[in-house]
Amino acid sequence: MWTLIQIELYKIFRRPRTYIAFIAVAALIIIIQFGLKLDGKSYADFLMKDIGGTMEIDGNILNGYLICYIMLQLLLVHVPLLVALIAADMISGEANMGTLRLLISKPFSRTELLLAKFFASTVYTLLLLVWLAILALFLSMWIFGTGDMFLMKSSYVVLLSENDVFWRYTGAFVFAALAMVTVAALGFFLSIFAENSIGPIVATMSVIVFFTILSTLNIPIFNALKPYLFTTHMISWKEFFDIQVNDANEAIVGSIQHPQKIVNSALVLVLHIIGFVGGSIWIFKKKDVLS
Amino acid sequence: MQQIVSVKGLTKQFKNLTAVNNLSFSVNEGDVYGFLGQNGAGKSTSIRMMLTLIEPSSGQIELFGMDLARHRREILRNVGAVIEKPDVYKYLSAYENLELFARLSGIKPSKKILMDQLEMVGLAGRANDRVKTFSQGMKQRLGIGIALVHNPQLIVLDEPTNGLDPQGIADIRNLILHLSRDLKKTIVVSSHLLSEIEQVATRVLIIDKGQKLVEGNAAELFDPAQTIVELQTMDNAFALTQLKASPWSAYLQAQRNTAILLKLNRTEIPSLHSDLAAMQIQLLSLQPRHSLEDFFLQITSGNQHVDTYTN
Amino acid sequence: MRSFLFIVALLISYSSIQAQDMTALVTKVKAKLDQVNDYEAEGNMKTDVSFIKAPIGKVKVYFKKPNKFRLKKEGGISLLPKGGVSVNMSTIITTSDFVALAAGEAVIDGFKTKIVKLLPSNEASEIVITTLYIDEPNLLVRKAITTTKENGTYEMQMSYGAYANYGLPQKVVFSFNTKDYKLPKGITLEFDDNEKPLSEAQKLKNKKGRVEITYSNYVVNKGIADSFFK
Repeated sequence: MWTLIQIELYKIFRRPRTYIAFIAVAALIIIIQFGLKLDGKSYADFLMKDIGGTMEIDGNILNGYLICYIMLQLLLVHVPLLVALIAADMISGEANMGTLRLLISKPFSRTELLLAKFFASTVYTLLLLVWLAILALFLSMWIFGTGDMFLMKSSYVVLLSENDVFWRYTGAFVFAALAMVTVAALGFFLSIFAENSIGPIVATMSVIVFFTILSTLNIPIFNALKPYLFTTHMISWKEFFDIQVNDANEAIVGSIQHPQKIVNSALVLVLHIIGFVGGSIWIFKKKDVLS
Repeated sequence: MQQIVSVKGLTKQFKNLTAVNNLSFSVNEGDVYGFLGQNGAGKSTSIRMMLTLIEPSSGQIELFGMDLARHRREILRNVGAVIEKPDVYKYLSAYENLELFARLSGIKPSKKILMDQLEMVGLAGRANDRVKTFSQGMKQRLGIGIALVHNPQLIVLDEPTNGLDPQGIADIRNLILHLSRDLKKTIVVSSHLLSEIEQVATRVLIIDKGQKLVEGNAAELFDPAQTIVELQTMDNAFALTQLKASPWSAYLQAQRNTAILLKLNRTEIPSLHSDLAAMQIQLLSLQPRHSLEDFFLQITSGNQHVDTYTN
Repeated sequence: MRSFLFIVALLISYSSIQAQDMTALVTKVKAKLDQVNDYEAEGNMKTDVSFIKAPIGKVKVYFKKPNKFRLKKEGGISLLPKGGVSVNMSTIITTSDFVALAAGEAVIDGFKTKIVKLLPSNEASEIVITTLYIDEPNLLVRKAITTTKENGTYEMQMSYGAYANYGLPQKVVFSFNTKDYKLPKGITLEFDDNEKPLSEAQKLKNKKGRVEITYSNYVVNKGIADSFFK
């Protein structure tokens, strides 16, 4: 099993395609950082427009912490494509290349093969998120400094103390990793049905785009569906940045407004991962390899 | 002599196609077992079932005396295969591919073993080149190198000469002979071309529409003097019983409702004729059919209908 | 906090006090405040606005006569009532005349105070009216209410401790009215439509905002460079 995992990782990281994602993430982040560094003032002014007409914000809100949040908000919508690029290719790519039949005829069970492949795509996904964290969080912290984090939500604003932010990012990245592994599991599941990688990649993205639109639409008939869409739960990393207040309306440092929501969402995502991977194994075990 | 492969009643039913129908055959240790049939005859499906790529609908496959379904891992560790096109990872070099598949087959080869292997298939000079840059023949040789790297007892080559130029075909042929004669490997090689099989095979199985037509020693089957004789008698059942009890039973091939088939040398026909009379078999006709080669060419060269023989 | 000192200090120095009995009192208060050339203080700031979730933050406040003021919050970001400082300050500086009227007495935090209404004579002044509650025996402003043209009405309530001699408060509570805050979910990229729990929804309806600063440490008249306020 360990050999299989090593080999799968070796294959992933020997392919040029793998690095597209890392380059794309780096390019996007560095461009945003460059833009904000040069012209962050006007962007900050836009953000610092008075809130509610009665309050104004004093200080440098555009620090590394907020920039990371903005980037996560933007990027985590697109990272699924980069995850699908590899995960949805795990089986279909081998079928397409013709190497699947050779793999299957080796002395490993199909279950082991799939688990190793899924594990390898998970490692890839996690590394992509670590890369994202290094660039979006640590690089931003280095370039823009740290400080309190000011966040505007739709019906209130949140101010997090400087020393109350980093652990939230740790949680958010762990959660985002879980969300992206769910995407990987979906792509992986779809990849067992195809003999080319484009199909499953497009299918994975279509599912995510479709579900995300349903998640975003505020139409009552769809609202009932939302809790059942995994895309709704994928953005629960944001919950780490909402803080509880006490009766005196003081934010309680170190608290999370809806910890239960995070736990629920995480459970939903874990169940999806188990479902997708389990389904992949179940179907693939019985599949005749004709590629 | 150990039976390396034993297939019994193997059947694979796809939705509305019976790709392999009640196929039985066996391969002995040291055989170069030629698997002949037209494209679509069921060769690939059978080979894929032997390699666990396809699950049989029914029937039994034993390799090295073990049930394939139950001892898959042990068995496959001892099998090397090239299945149809010799596809490998194009973004890796020949050496890297070889090492990767060696590890997948359960061994950790030294650099020397890997280089020796590449040397044997004539790719030592291109060891570090990406497979992307290889010709079809080179890929095929690498594929065989990969099939051999873990020193398996049984080597399965599915249409190894497909898409190769004459030189490439000759190379593969020589490699098969080398593996068989010098390294004492058991080899199953499939092809739709008789010419390829007859130059290397020690035993031959011919299948058509998923069913076995003929199985036998290559030397005999390809002997131009060998003929299939078709008998029609007043009472085939009686005739068959008589023949089975006689020395002619060894010559009995297969039978149809209306005919009895015997494979024999043309020179034996007169004595068969007199023996039939002695056994009081009332003969309606005795008809020498084509030689096996003609017979196979007839199958493989066109869509001409051929009667199906059953055991 | 910054609002408070400016209003009090500047307003007192620049207003021409017309109501006789009140002028003397305001002048005395001004004199007391004038002892302080500069100070720096540490404190805790608490923001209580319905739509703001902010923790109690440590702040450092710097002041230098006549009108230099700086509030530095640990972590760098503070949420303050709009115009709480600049509007009041600038308007008061540029206008010279005020009318100070006696408007009765009141008890604030158990202290008897005189109510003084200060009206800017200048029509263009941003401040419409300021009401001071002055604790006469101690010469301390206990409460101030300022109504501005643009930014509504602010109320400041002060309590004093160790630095009462300088007229420097221990605690300032700044109250003001807030308006609704709402951003479209599309902008904030919130997908979920979970309405807030009732209790919180109730809380959000409270339209009175408060900023509270409790000072712990004053360093008075030790000198601060002008450049610090840039």
